[in-house]
Amino acid sequence: MNDGNVQRIAAVNTPAQANGIAPGMTLADARALVPTLAVLPADPAADARALGRLADWCIRYTPWTAVDREDQCGSAGLWLDITGCAHLFGGESALIRDIEARLRTFGFAARAAIADTPGAVWAWARFAAIASPSEAVIAPGAQRAALAGLPTAGLRLDAETIALLQGLGLRRIGDLYRVPRASLPARFGALLLHRLDQALDGGEPLSPRQPPSACRAVLNFPEPILEAASIAAATQRLLHDLCGQLARREHGSRRFALTAYRSDGTTDSLAVGTGMPTRDAAHLARLFAGRLERIAPGCGIDAMTLAAAEVEPLGAQQVPLADRQTPTVDLTQLFDVLGTRLGHAQVMRLAARASHVPERAVRRIPAAAQPSPVALPDTPRPLRLFPRPEPIEASALLPDEPPFQFIWRGIVHRVARAQGPERIAGEWWRGRGLTRDYYQVEDTSGRRFWLYRDHIRQPQETRWFLHGLFG
Amino acid sequence: MPSQKQALLAALRDQLNTEAVLGPESAVASLGIAAIDRTLPWGGLPCGALHEVAGAAMDGAATGFSAMLLAQLSGGARSVLWIANDDDLYGPGLAAYGLSADRLIVVRARRPVEILWTLEEALRCRGLAAVLGEVPDLSLTASRRLQLAARNSGATALLLRQRAGTNPVTTAVTRWRVAAMPGRSATGENIDPRWGVELVRCRGRSHGEEGYVERWLVEWRRATRRLGLVSELRDRPAVPEKRRMARQTAGHGE
Repeated sequence: MNDGNVQRIAAVNTPAQANGIAPGMTLADARALVPTLAVLPADPAADARALGRLADWCIRYTPWTAVDREDQCGSAGLWLDITGCAHLFGGESALIRDIEARLRTFGFAARAAIADTPGAVWAWARFAAIASPSEAVIAPGAQRAALAGLPTAGLRLDAETIALLQGLGLRRIGDLYRVPRASLPARFGALLLHRLDQALDGGEPLSPRQPPSACRAVLNFPEPILEAASIAAATQRLLHDLCGQLARREHGSRRFALTAYRSDGTTDSLAVGTGMPTRDAAHLARLFAGRLERIAPGCGIDAMTLAAAEVEPLGAQQVPLADRQTPTVDLTQLFDVLGTRLGHAQVMRLAARASHVPERAVRRIPAAAQPSPVALPDTPRPLRLFPRPEPIEASALLPDEPPFQFIWRGIVHRVARAQGPERIAGEWWRGRGLTRDYYQVEDTSGRRFWLYRDHIRQPQETRWFLHGLFG
Repeated sequence: MPSQKQALLAALRDQLNTEAVLGPESAVASLGIAAIDRTLPWGGLPCGALHEVAGAAMDGAATGFSAMLLAQLSGGARSVLWIANDDDLYGPGLAAYGLSADRLIVVRARRPVEILWTLEEALRCRGLAAVLGEVPDLSLTASRRLQLAARNSGATALLLRQRAGTNPVTTAVTRWRVAAMPGRSATGENIDPRWGVELVRCRGRSHGEEGYVERWLVEWRRATRRLGLVSELRDRPAVPEKRRMARQTAGHGE
């Protein structure tokens, strides 16, 4: 890390630490201590990105993960709120063993701790002598006793406060318990008391990295899975589990996310959305079915989760006794299936809108929405309207008459009959000065077109466009 | 004896046509013109089957005829789905044919695989009366799958083919060719479209040498939203003199 024109050490690994190298040392001093020191330039942005990815990966343990923002480079931290999650991994110490082992395989040196409050975890993970995973856990309510022997640096204080405390002989957190509480802010600033309270009593809001899902199912595999069939089977189990949870709560959801956690720490996610809240496992399985191949097994998937992003009340449903041989689906389910594969914007209704301008008279609304009725125009409208009117070369005898012939896409059409004009002007508040004279025109072969003359230009350079086809 | 055999064969053929093509409890939709309904062996367009409408690309006639069929199949109450290639389907125009926004669902799909997949998925849906797909080309297998899907669900499958495909052979139960026709409508001052409608292929009916089973000149009457028969084209000397002679001699030979 560059500090002015002095190069300083940003972070060290364990062997370097053993040789007396510490963060903050100048590079020259460090090299003097250990001439063979291997140095890499610090990249805080890349570190933050890697930490973020790791936090995402940790969602396999709990939906609630956060990156420790206050940390200095080199002693990065992650918060995991494991309330109600530890039993899924065989208890708290087993969870710690699992998480540390996996992080070690990724090449990270990590220390994990579990306690009632974030502050206690922070101190315990960094300053306690932890020999086994069971020692990493502070029993509920025991943080006061556990922290007593740790140095005051465990309270996340700035260097000045720590030096001041040391000067007064207050080296351990336990020493602070004996100082009258009221005098702490006056002598050492408000932060110390605040941190002490946070460590002992909690009450520290941490914002999760991703909005925690309301309901989720987790599946851990004893061996990493590699085959598409195993992924599909796991998805089925997760769907069954999650939909069972939703049914017990009489809830449903519109957004579901399936996440696969690979053993190298990378993740893959698939999201599906439905038009109506659902907890129909068979329907969701159909939505996921066509897209499961987007989950690449890579070096093997060792856990998968399925989460319902937001849940909403959904009353008990009767399971139809329809025969299973011919699976039938209702319309809203069909919209979900089509929308999931083709994109939800591709499944629509053409709702009418009160506007005289033809291209504005139609609004594409989601297929699941109910259109409001709007009166149809009196004059016929074409069946197909080109999104962009196509310029044509039209010949009219008089400026105000329909053309007797026009060339469209290189083909000459002789006009047999024409009806019009129907003058359509744009809404004045849009201020585009759009004025068009529309004609229904039938050529000699009977084809019917919707042409218009553009009035933006001067009469001598009248422009004609073909806008649509009639039946 | 031969006549008895022939009768038996005809009866069996009839049975095959009605039962193999249609599901056990399939309905029939009228096209609104008695002459056309009579020509179809089922007394109308059979639901729960695959039908095909062909037309020229820059001609709205096939689109109009398809819209009319969909409206007829929807019966004014049930939903229908239209798989469009482009963004050009126009709501107000379709609504005039009876396909209002609360009844018509439009799906945009361009790639043939996606269109076929959407057709099959939609045909499985209980809530749809009919599904139309704009398809350029179709393999025999794909059309067979669609015919089966339609048969199983009772929903009608329509293929609108406005781009020349290399493979005209499908297992469609009926195949129609529709083209715009000139001429002033007998009703109203608006231009009511006139279509030349050819029943090119029909299960259970053999087509003549002209390449179609039957041919009509019809008119879509906007005011009543009904199809009207203008006249029967075959009565007009549309077929060149030479071919007509050839047909007559062939007829004598039988």
